[in-house]
Parts: sequence; structure tokens; C-alpha cells
Amino acid sequence: MADSGNAPKPSSSVKLVLLGEAAVGKSSLVLRFVNNDFQENKEPTIGAAFLTQKCNLPTRTIKFEIWDTAGQERFASLAPMYYRNAQAALVVYDLTKPTSLIKAKHWVAELQRQASPGIVISLVGNKLDLTNDGAGDGGGEEGAAEDSGDARKVTTEEAKTYAEDEGLLFFETSAKTGYNVTEVFTAIANSIPETSLKTARGPNASHAPSRTEEQRVNLNGPRDSGAKDSCAC
Amino acid sequence: MPREADAESNNDTSKVNPSPSPSPPPPPLPPRRKLSSEGPIQVATARPTPTTAVTPIDISTLSFPDGSRGTFSTNAAQGVSTPAASGYATPVRDPIGAGDFSDSMSVMSLAPTLPPPGDLASLVAGDLTRKSRAWNLLRSQAETAEPFESIELGAPGELAGFEREFDEIPDDASDDTRLAIWKSKMKHYMILSSAGKPIYSRHGDLSLVNGYMGVVQTIISFYEGANNPLLGFTAGNARFVIAIKGPLYFVAVSKLGESDTQIRSQLEALYMQILSTLTLPTLKNIFVNRPSTDLRKPLEGTESLLSSLADSFTKGSPSTLLSGLECLRLRKSHRHALNNIFLKNRSEKLLYGLIVAGGKLVSVIRPRKHSLHPSDLQLIFNMLFESGGIKSGGGESWIPLCLPAFNNSGYLYMYVSFFDGEPAEGPSAEGDQQRPVSPGNDGDGDGDGDGDDRNEDEDEDEIAIILISPDKESFYDLKEMRDKLASQLTKTGHLALIRAAARHGRPQVQAIAPGAQISHFLYKSRANVQFCMSALASPPPSHHHHHHPPDHTPPAATATAAAAAADQLLTRRRLMSLYHELHATMHAKHAHLRVLHAAGADAASLAWITPVAELYCVAGPHVSRAAMAQGAARVAQWARREEERLFIIGGGVF
Repeated sequence: MADSGNAPKPSSSVKLVLLGEAAVGKSSLVLRFVNNDFQENKEPTIGAAFLTQKCNLPTRTIKFEIWDTAGQERFASLAPMYYRNAQAALVVYDLTKPTSLIKAKHWVAELQRQASPGIVISLVGNKLDLTNDGAGDGGGEEGAAEDSGDARKVTTEEAKTYAEDEGLLFFETSAKTGYNVTEVFTAIANSIPETSLKTARGPNASHAPSRTEEQRVNLNGPRDSGAKDSCAC
Repeated sequence: MPREADAESNNDTSKVNPSPSPSPPPPPLPPRRKLSSEGPIQVATARPTPTTAVTPIDISTLSFPDGSRGTFSTNAAQGVSTPAASGYATPVRDPIGAGDFSDSMSVMSLAPTLPPPGDLASLVAGDLTRKSRAWNLLRSQAETAEPFESIELGAPGELAGFEREFDEIPDDASDDTRLAIWKSKMKHYMILSSAGKPIYSRHGDLSLVNGYMGVVQTIISFYEGANNPLLGFTAGNARFVIAIKGPLYFVAVSKLGESDTQIRSQLEALYMQILSTLTLPTLKNIFVNRPSTDLRKPLEGTESLLSSLADSFTKGSPSTLLSGLECLRLRKSHRHALNNIFLKNRSEKLLYGLIVAGGKLVSVIRPRKHSLHPSDLQLIFNMLFESGGIKSGGGESWIPLCLPAFNNSGYLYMYVSFFDGEPAEGPSAEGDQQRPVSPGNDGDGDGDGDGDDRNEDEDEDEIAIILISPDKESFYDLKEMRDKLASQLTKTGHLALIRAAARHGRPQVQAIAPGAQISHFLYKSRANVQFCMSALASPPPSHHHHHHPPDHTPPAATATAAAAAADQLLTRRRLMSLYHELHATMHAKHAHLRVLHAAGADAASLAWITPVAELYCVAGPHVSRAAMAQGAARVAQWARREEERLFIIGGGVF
């Protein structure tokens, strides 16, 4: 947790929410990112899970506060609680299940309508390992359309075009093999505007009394006291 | 903690109180359903096969030539007549024959026949305990005999194949094979809507069970139509029990010999899980608006919780059987200090706060006017400790759930966080800040040099903090509370204490009552709606494949971990079957039993109910009634003496 002693880079917290249909692999992506682990036949998330993980960038450290939400319909009404004040969102679909992309588009629309204006959204097609171009040999992103006889049901083009139209980051990943998972989070970390990192503390503070002590320290000099920030938790 | 007598009465009075519905034995149409009455009928028909007396065959299978058996079986003859008189004839529904083990106990004596209540003393004194010389001779060697020892694992008893009970039905096998496997399961739970839509089945995917669901729906609806609900029926060696909850039909099929009342309380728990997911108003709305709704969608993700509940029943759940919960044994002063730390850090948003270690309650704080119901806690514990959904996710969880016994119409929000497994807190607990709490507390000297049972099937040292609030926005408040609480528990050494207690596990009988010949016991404090039990001691390794199974004989070397696990599963189930049988007999309508001693080829058992407690114990087949009664008395003494350690009395109240 506190490896920032030698390199006191500025550090900031980023609230990130995962949304998407049930069983597309949201928790598995988080598990891969946080613990570099994968569980076959993972049981469904109930409610939501809250996890943290740091992401080291060359110039700063991002501490992700991740809300991994349950995908079942009955939990949908709770989603605003999780994406409110979020600076980043991962909207996940299952490459082998077209309806999950439709659901993802609904989430994107809802986020654009109701979440913070500056929110960074990444569209993530998961379960690349089930497709021919899966298995993580690096070719997954481009030219995936010409595959034949694999489980893929959503072409890279389709999703990518949509992502570009909406101004989203786009990745195809495999939580199982780990392919592209860290990249998603790094890309998000890089896309968070520096300004939003500073301002982000405001809204966060009011909703996260647990971090008030840190915040008190940080309020006047966010960049300098960053190291302390990362130690305290 | 959960002092409410009502929680108990919900489950128990229906069994204990004689209800005015002594219906005749099952005619073609089952008896009319009474609100709180399970009716003696089902109790009767589901009574697992107490074979009436020890047969010569039984004796010949014993490892010791038991001369005194004969004298006992004459006693048995008179004892056995009692249950019939008390209103529950015991149909011998055992097509397999005399080979079955766990259920084949013989009722050797029934204390209520002895005039004044008598209780345990009556077993120790008097004619019944007069022993033959042969018996005394036998006793000298029999002390070491464990219950079930004489059973052959591979014997075609009622539990044959139980180790495969929880295996998935393979998708790729032929339909016939899959059906055969499905039919071989000893326990089925099915949930369907009154319109016949399948909702849940423990075994088999819906393509496999759809047809059967249809049949079940037709049968139930037929009786419903006649305004005479079907409660249960027997087919072959399977008992079907049906519970109708509004628009939902719950069906259990059991070949394990549980009583209808017991099975019905399991179905009740499944229903509670569904309410916990949906709330009652939502459930009603769904079906009022569209009776043909497929409930699987709204319940999506709940299947694993239903299955883990179902499996805990099938494995045998003392908590469900006794409708109570188990607490971690802690010194009174420690528990008190824990409660105080807990209360001191309480968030304004908090409704209930719990610390739980390996499925055992460690500490609870609650508002003065609300208590927690065991059935709600059962759902929470199942979610956290039996099903993997929360644990495996890592991190902290924020879970909307309805606690139906608390309020079935709305959601509460539950914050859950597990402590990391490693006992790294040890050193810091010793040194810094406050002193560790161990020294100088209440003088209840540490007279408990228990031999500990190294973990049973549960992960004993998973420690969770559970904070429940009615406010869905209170996550960060509760997280803050948890963080403060966790750091104080660590600093003051309480976390290490909890961890040590959890590791220590349940006590061995020998540690409680050295020399007692009881092998295992369950003790329920009725006032506290809590129970404690001794370690489910896995028999010493030599026992594991000591038997001589005729069909499969794994060389001793390949007595793998899997085999040991299967063995343990089987032992637990046998034990629990015995307890279920004792419990059913004690709680049968019109029984009014206070003490029951039963002996069979494989085990002897004793149940003893007083106004404040229920004690069930099991011993090896050769243990005399007097020895058991003495053992039981010592266990009861211990439990009374340790009451404030074993049970949470009141908890922290704010």
C-alpha cells in the first residue's frame, strides 16, 4: 500500500464505477486488476463491492476507488448512488452476447445524462478468450471481424464505431487471461484530466467522511501532500 | 442477544403445543391445512424408521457379542409402545431393509412413561439401569467405541452415495444418465409458481426437471382447487413436503428421514431467502399484475444463495434444526469489552452491528427496541459464509437486503468487510497502545483446557464485521465506523482474541466432561435462542477406511483427502440424522417427552428437554443408559456454568 516513500509522486483518488449486464465479467475484471487473479464460475456479486487499487503513472499515482456493481436488473435502481460523483466508468459487455452490448449502450446513455459531466467512460468488451483472436497474443484489437466459427457475436468494428461516436475509450479484454485489463485502467488513469483530479476532492469529501482527515491535510496543497495521502490508507 | 421468545415460538410451539387437529392417518386427501399447525399427520408419516427393537441380525453385526442386548430389547418392547400411544405411529417405511444404519435406532426407553417427570435421574437410578454381568464385562472394552463405528461405509444403507449428493449433474451425459443421477439425489428442493412456472431446482437444469415441475404443479393445484391443500405425501422411500406461500409452491423431496416439520422449516428458510431478495410487497405485486411471470429474472443471482442454504440443510444444519444460532465462546469480560468498543464507535446510521467469526456470532449491538431474529441471521450467515459471492469478491460489500423477520416490506443496507486472514495483528496487539485485554479480568478462572478441534468444514477464522443501516446512502459512514472499530480491535488485542477463539474451535466432549462417554452433543439454550455443540470430531485416521466395504476397497494408502472429506460428510450427516430423529420425536405433537434414550446398532442417543434448555447427545452403541445420562448431566452442568461465555445474553444495546 505505501510504496510511495521513495518516490513522492502526487497521488489522487479516482472514483470508478463498473456497470454492465449480469455475468459479463465486471467482478472478474476487477479481480484481475486488483489481485491479478481469476476465478472460474464466480458467483454473482450481490449489491456492490468496494475495492481500491493504485495505478502508477509516470508523473502521478492514481488510487482507484472501485465500485463493482451487481448487474442484475433489480439492482439497477441503486446505480445512481455508485456513479454519482464518479470520475470514471467502465461499461462492460460480453463479446459473445449481443444483448449485453445493448445493455451497455443503455448504461452509457444513462451516464451521459446523469453522471458528472466530465466522467471518463470506457467501453469494454470482455471474454476475448472465447474468441479466435483471444488468448492474448496481442492481435485482438484490430481486424477481428474476419474471424470465423468462434463464440464472438459482437464485432470489434461495431463496438469501436459506437465508442468513437460517443467519445468513449474502447478495449477488448480477457479477465481470464489478463489480456488488456491493466491497459484499460491505465488508459482511464491517463484520461482523467488533472483539473478534474483537483476538483474531484470537493464532491468526494462530502460523500466520503471516512477520508476527512486526509482531506483536511490535503485541502490547501493537494499535490505536495500527495505522498501522505497514499500512506494513510 | 436474540432474546425474543417469539422467534422460537414461531418454530417450536407448533411442534410442542398440542394443537387441536388430531387428524386421522392420511386418507387419500391430506388433512386441511391449519395456519400454525403442522398437524400430527406429517409428523407421523415422516417419522424416520425407528425399527422397533434390536433384531438378532443387529446383534450379530456388532463387534462385541452383546449379552445384555436381550434384556434391553425386552425393555424396548415396552418402551416402544409409548410413541404409538402418544399419537404418532411409526410406519416402517424402509424398503431397503434392515441394512440401514443411522436411522435404525431402536427406542429403548421413553422416560415419560415413568411417573413424575423424572428427568435424567430416572435414567440413572432404578431398575432400568441394572446391568447384567455380560454388560459390565462389555463395558470395560466398549468405552472406545465411537458411534457409527460398526457401520460399513459401502453398505447399501440409506446414505449410500451421499458423498455424490452435491455433484453437479453433467451436461454432456445422455438424458437417461442425467435423469438417473437426478433421481439418485437424496434431497430435492423445487420452487415453482402457482401458474406452474419453474423458479428453482437444486438439482438438474430446467430442461430436466420441467416435466416434473408440471406434475407437481398439477398435483398441488388439484388439492388447492379442492380447498384442501396438500401438505405432503410419501412415495417409495421419498417423502414429499409441500409449502404454499402465496403465489409460490415450495417442494422438498427427502430420502433422509427428516420429519415434515423439519423439512417445512427448511422450505420456510428458502422462502425467507426469496423475500430477502425481493421483499413481500414486490413479490405480491409481480404476481398480482402478471400471474404467469417468470420469477427467475427478478431473482437472478439468488440461485447460489438458495443452493447453499439447501445444501446446508442436506448436510445437516444444527442451526436450522434447533432454530437457533451459534456464538463464539468468549469470556464474559472479553465479550463485554468488545460490545463496549463496538458501541463506542457506533455510527448514527447504524441499526444492527455484528461481528461474526466463521459463522459464529461474536458480538452484536442493536437498538433497545429491536432484536435480531435467528432466521434473518441465518440468511446473512449463509450469504457470507456458505455461499462464495461475498467472500470471493474481496474488498468491502454494500448489499441491499430485506430481513423478512425484521420487516418483510423493505430493504436494509448491509456493509460487510472481512478481516484479512493472516494473523499479522499478533505482535502489534502485544506491544503498543493499550494493553492486551487478557490480564485481570473477571475471575472466572480459565478452567477450560479444551482439546481443540482443528477446523471442521468451515473456515473458522474468517472474521467479518457486518453493519446494517436503513439508509442506503450510509456506506461511507459505516465504512468509517468499521475502520475505527477495526483499528481499535486490533490495538486492544481483541481481534487476536477473537481469532484465537475461532481457531480453538468447538470444545471436545472430553475437555468438558473428562471421562464422559458421550461422543457428541448439541445444547440449546431456549431462552437465548442459541445453541452450542461439541466438535464434530473426525474419527482418528485409523477409522477412516477401517471398514471392509464389500464393493469398493480403496487401499489404505489411497485414503485420500477426498475420501476423508466424503467420510466426514457422511459422519456429519449420520450424526445430524440421529439428531433430527431425536428432535422430531421430542417435539412430536402430544409427545410431551422430557427425556428420551434410544439405542441402535450403530449409536446410542439421548435427548433431554427442560424449560430452559434442550440437550441432545450421541454415544457409541455400547454405552449404557446410565453412563449417557451421567455424561449428559455433566454437559448440562458445564453449559449452565459457562452460559455467559457460550451465549450472547442481550448483547450491546443502544
